[in-house]
Amino acid sequence: MEQQQHPIGLYLKVWLLLFVLSAMSYMVDLFHLHGYLRWTLILLLMMAKAGLIVAVFMHLRWERAALMYAILAPPACLLVLAWLMWIESDHTFLTRMEYFR
Amino acid sequence: MEKTSDGWSGMVADWSGDREAFRVPWGKAMMWIFLLSDTFIFGSFLTGYMSVRIAATAGWPNPSEVFALTIGGVQLPLILIAIMTFILITSSGTMAMAVNYAYRRERAVCARLMLVTAALGASFVCMQAFEWSKLIAEGVRPWGNPDGAAQFGACFFMITGFHGLHVTAGVIYLSIVAARVRRGHYEAGGNYDIVEIAGLYWHFVDLVWVFIFALFYLW
Repeated sequence: MEQQQHPIGLYLKVWLLLFVLSAMSYMVDLFHLHGYLRWTLILLLMMAKAGLIVAVFMHLRWERAALMYAILAPPACLLVLAWLMWIESDHTFLTRMEYFR
Repeated sequence: MEKTSDGWSGMVADWSGDREAFRVPWGKAMMWIFLLSDTFIFGSFLTGYMSVRIAATAGWPNPSEVFALTIGGVQLPLILIAIMTFILITSSGTMAMAVNYAYRRERAVCARLMLVTAALGASFVCMQAFEWSKLIAEGVRPWGNPDGAAQFGACFFMITGFHGLHVTAGVIYLSIVAARVRRGHYEAGGNYDIVEIAGLYWHFVDLVWVFIFALFYLW
């Protein structure tokens, strides 16, 4: 069984990168960015951090494709759930504004 | 096709029939499957949070102000949450190094790095306890709060509480594995996969925090 052995330097680089990305997402709040710029930056920085953690720290980029897809494909269902609930809660909001104010 | 027995013995034979889909140590495959199910738990929590926040007619409390701390007369927005984020990322870094040293068979260094990771995790839980006490003292409850939409408290306590529970479990898990590594429990077999598997759990806890930080605290 091959082991997940990678140079320490790589971990340190990713670690530093995660620090920088976290500092950047904190600054989004500190500088009071608003609207689409804020949401885009938050989501981009979030995905970048999540990707680095999963790919390097959790070694997923060195695993075989069978394991990779078994882990990465199912969470797509959550995106479908979130999309459906987004539509549903918009409807709930409009109904509340119409009848329960 | 070869004729085999059916029923209970057949089922056991089929399920243990040396057909592996994932060519990794079994513990690692099991941990990944557990983490996948955990992804669905937190994914559902965050989706629920999104739903009640969109549907709330009262204004959502501004997290930047709710989680601000006044230090030395200056009001710093989200400062404790930012510190907690950096602590968790640091602990992920020390955990990654622990895995590296485990595979190099330097078990003293590995155990020390794992204990540092667990200590950082414990300090994270302490800060969270402080955060909770502060909010409870300010009147935030799962059913209402002074700053706006009543759903805020339910989301906050459920999501951060469940995450804090995971961190606490991780601290215990890492401490146990670290103690066994230090004792030389895995030295005879020379198999240090357990450190990587415990590491997977710890990185996952950090991963969930990335999403909570972005979607709950910054949104």
